Amino acid sequence: MAVEFEVNEREVWDGNYAASQALRQADVDVVVAYPITPSTPIVENYGAYVGNGYIDGEFIMVESEHAAMSGCIGASAAGGRVSTATSSQGFALMVEVLYQASGMRLPIVLNVVNRALAAPLNVRGDHADMYLGRDSGWLQMSAFNAQEAYDLALCAFKIAENHSVRLPMMVHQDGFITSHTAQNVYPLSNEAAKKFVGVMNPVDDMLDFSRPVTYGAQTEEDWHFEHKAKQHKAIMDSASVIDSVFAEFKELTGREYNRVETYDMEDAEVCVIGLGSTVESARVAAKEMRKEGVKAGVVAMRVFRPFPYEEVREALKGCKSIAVTDRSSPGGAMGAFYNEVAAAMMTSQSRPLVTNYIYGLGGRDLSIENIKTIFREQQANADAGYITTDIQQFTNLRGPKLGFFKTERN
Amino acid sequence: MQDLKLKAAEKRGAHQLGGDNLVGWDEVTQGIVLTSFDGDATGVSHKKAEERNYSDFNSYTATVASWRVMKPVFNIDVCIDCQNCWVWCPDSSILSRDKQMLGIDYDHCKGCEVCVEVCPTNPKSLLMFSEYEDLGNALASWPEKKKKEKK
Repeated sequence: MAVEFEVNEREVWDGNYAASQALRQADVDVVVAYPITPSTPIVENYGAYVGNGYIDGEFIMVESEHAAMSGCIGASAAGGRVSTATSSQGFALMVEVLYQASGMRLPIVLNVVNRALAAPLNVRGDHADMYLGRDSGWLQMSAFNAQEAYDLALCAFKIAENHSVRLPMMVHQDGFITSHTAQNVYPLSNEAAKKFVGVMNPVDDMLDFSRPVTYGAQTEEDWHFEHKAKQHKAIMDSASVIDSVFAEFKELTGREYNRVETYDMEDAEVCVIGLGSTVESARVAAKEMRKEGVKAGVVAMRVFRPFPYEEVREALKGCKSIAVTDRSSPGGAMGAFYNEVAAAMMTSQSRPLVTNYIYGLGGRDLSIENIKTIFREQQANADAGYITTDIQQFTNLRGPKLGFFKTERN
Repeated sequence: MQDLKLKAAEKRGAHQLGGDNLVGWDEVTQGIVLTSFDGDATGVSHKKAEERNYSDFNSYTATVASWRVMKPVFNIDVCIDCQNCWVWCPDSSILSRDKQMLGIDYDHCKGCEVCVEVCPTNPKSLLMFSEYEDLGNALASWPEKKKKEKK
């Protein structure tokens, strides 16, 4: 029987500690882990909770992230509640196995503390690893601060394990800015958290010896397509479960989450859309722009997968010019997030101007002033009725201004 | 002579791998998880293969030997029931009961020749023949015991 870990109504936790406390309160059965900066404290703390008797779980150290996710798959297929954490290169090594987890519909919760991908080697936050998981068939949520890293980790178990979902889920937080910044966090009581997450009800668990099952079957051209289609449908359909879990969480805590968050968007004509810790800076910048008479707003992606196509259209419908911010090196294309937002707005009634800003790679700061410049450029676009700048620009980059493509005009 | 029907349960190798019933995306199993048996399978490991209630998803009920081009043929008159082939076969395709060799499961044998390799008798009790060779002809052409060479 586990020893009670006392939590106060208000704690000072960083994002990593907050996530690890969520794993403890969710009574995670198995964590299989390989440490990597900046996510290490999440699994390290879970190991300490096990070692100190605060949780009846199993902490397994393995030789790589590939093995960590493989171990998670085994434990999840066996019927346990399973979680781990990783970042950057570790995430990249996990990728091959991420597709296995989602294809087998195993509700593993992965805490991803976002960090740039080498080369050049860098430990700081950008979203290159998050984007690498974009097509992996996992659900993806973004936490903008430590409180959200905690809240969303609890929600993630409830969403992933729902029998109509049964999909693995990532909870993203920004490396260092969120993971290592101590902030006020208001945790649930142990009892309330346990009750909210609920008991894990396994499906097709391999430890049910009365019903042996095969995981990881091979399918060729006559079956593979149907299985992937069913998986895609499940990801799309998970949106309603996410909404209902968020609603339940709000009832319990008063804290409201939406798949797409909107700030000052009621009458906004220009807006910045992004995710991660940048959202909080953008909110401050928008407030300051309003003092200058610019109708500025912010839209934030809480849920990245399934991509909230309709909610994005709804949130941006009144806007004239939109800046889509990508914190990942686009590698010879427009930013991936830009492409998704632009595609959604292309099929909207208003078809606003949509521009792309690449920012913050390798942990480069994006200041309030930088964001205000972005807002001013959107206002100029809105006034002119076309994109006055390059369609893709790099923000807060040293050297000559770097940008690509212009609007076609006769 | 070997009896090929011996110990071959009705469902063994009954259909082609991949199944005959190509259902749509809405009917495939979640996570490609396949059940091995129909009904409660408690204690199934204590039952012999032909007594188990294999499901249609179990490879036991499918023939998975379509790519075999050479097949092992078993000669019961030479076999000493040492069970070497049974131990080494990677596909559980040696049929044996009570330590008595009975034949080969051609629905699952891939023709890897391991059984022939490990057979210790003289002549061997298992030899490879073309997939299309008639079993009677194969047995009729079985080699004689190899004599010791004179020094």
